[in-house]
Amino acid sequence: MPSGFFQTLTQVDWFPLWLSLRVAALATVISVVFGLLAAYCLANFEFRGKELLDAVITLPIVLPPTVLGYYLLVVLGRDSFLGRWHEAFWGAPLVFTWQAAVVAAVVHSFPLLVKSARAALESVDASFAQAARTLGAPEWRVFLRVTLPLARRSILAAAVFAFARSLGDFGVTIMIAGNIPGRTQTLAVAIYDAVESGNGALARTLSIVIAAVAGIVLYVVNRLGRSEE
Amino acid sequence: MLSAAVAKSFAGFQLDVELNCEPGLTVLFGPSGAGKTLTLNSIAGLVRPDAGRILLGGEILFDAQRGVHLPARLRGVGYVFQNDAVFPHMTVEENLLFPLARMGAIERWRRCHALLEAFHLTPLASRDPRGLSGGEKQRVAIARALAASPRLLLLDEPARGLDAELRADLYWILGRVLEEYRIPILLVTHDRDESFRLGERLVIYRGGKIVQQGSAEAIFAAPRDAAVARLLGYGNVFPATIEHLDPGAGISRLRAGHVTLAVDYLPGRLRNDRVEFCIPPHAVRIGPAAENQVIADLVSEARLPSSVRLTFHIADLGDLDCEVSREKYAELGLSSSRRAALALPRAAIHVFEKGNA
Repeated sequence: MPSGFFQTLTQVDWFPLWLSLRVAALATVISVVFGLLAAYCLANFEFRGKELLDAVITLPIVLPPTVLGYYLLVVLGRDSFLGRWHEAFWGAPLVFTWQAAVVAAVVHSFPLLVKSARAALESVDASFAQAARTLGAPEWRVFLRVTLPLARRSILAAAVFAFARSLGDFGVTIMIAGNIPGRTQTLAVAIYDAVESGNGALARTLSIVIAAVAGIVLYVVNRLGRSEE
Repeated sequence: MLSAAVAKSFAGFQLDVELNCEPGLTVLFGPSGAGKTLTLNSIAGLVRPDAGRILLGGEILFDAQRGVHLPARLRGVGYVFQNDAVFPHMTVEENLLFPLARMGAIERWRRCHALLEAFHLTPLASRDPRGLSGGEKQRVAIARALAASPRLLLLDEPARGLDAELRADLYWILGRVLEEYRIPILLVTHDRDESFRLGERLVIYRGGKIVQQGSAEAIFAAPRDAAVARLLGYGNVFPATIEHLDPGAGISRLRAGHVTLAVDYLPGRLRNDRVEFCIPPHAVRIGPAAENQVIADLVSEARLPSSVRLTFHIADLGDLDCEVSREKYAELGLSSSRRAALALPRAAIHVFEKGNA
């Protein structure tokens, strides 16, 4: 344990941690809902541009986060079509708010979720879905009652993993949500801020906390993956 | 009543079959990869054929010309999959309730429990299917396929992986289903004994085509060609040349190697025609005879449950299988002399029809 760890623990402003957890939770829910939809389409339908869609969904994994953040800024900024639409509707801009941090976290976690959800859905023996169809079940029922429950552990593992990734996003978040203490400063950003301002004790404490959370998440993912058999 | 004409082609494989099934059991028999399962999948609506028409009880399930392709869920076809496909995340009872979703709660419950009772599954109702034996799982799969009162039942190799006793149970269950439901049942197998045992009607598949259909007895007595005979496990298929035709006496003579055999008169044949013939192993007699006697050397003996299969080698002809009862085998005392005279009774020799050799 680094010196002063417990001392720092009592003095730390925990806002970044709570913000990160809240942002990650919301982002995970959004990612799972839309990710499952996308994964279902990719796993079940043959359509033109399917591989293109897959590539577009996967792109964020290989792009530098700053590039991704820049694009989002262009698309969602106050001068953009979407940005103006958002401002007209909600009365406030989207960028540099905690909601923007959610967008950043979704963009960061979505591709991986789609990839693993698609693999999970495709790994379910097709004869179960076919049996369900011959037993009179419409497609939505086949998915909700048969395919999804049979893939649930892998999908849950993917969701937990998406949560961890959302929790750790830095590049995209700082580009579109900024670094406003008490408003948009997530844990990862707060660590960067602490190092920049020479507060080594704070950086260490926050880093240990985030490492612990990530470690627990990985442990849970592994257990979920293993009990699949 | 099912009437199906199905054509479907993949790279390197072409299915083109036509089937008509009355209520009762029809067995689709043939080697793996002959298109039997693809036929079932087409009828069930899991695969869309390229061409053809499928009618069930007067309703059009599929018609390529009119562009009709009824989805599987609306076809009223029960399907027991090769791997039984019992949902592992539901109990036995939930599995049976699954196809009854559109019924009222009480009706649903009653139907499910009637099935549990009929298939001796009541004690297993709340069990996780993963803990069930292969035979039990299969009963669940059959009961589930029948739950929504289908107009047709499809079974894909239901006896696979079951031991003799469980097979007997399965056949008993199928018998009861036939009696009670009076619907056409299509059963796929590549087991010869099973097809013979079950086949009120046998349909023989090979390479995506139906090569012969009819009652099991008729097909076993007169396979259409040498390939069907081999498929049915007939070892004794030999090529021959017609040496002599005598319509007056009703006799023909075949020459196979150095052996000359008298057979029934073959109408529509010419002298020197090349033909193939077969003789069922149980029809071969051991001992001297006035007609169709051949001298053969005993090559091997195999003990079957109630008989002994002897394989003889006949010079210039090949190996001939011969099945005798154990008592008869003991009487023969063949172990001392390996050479014996055999008789191939004229009535048992089946010459394949023209053009299929």
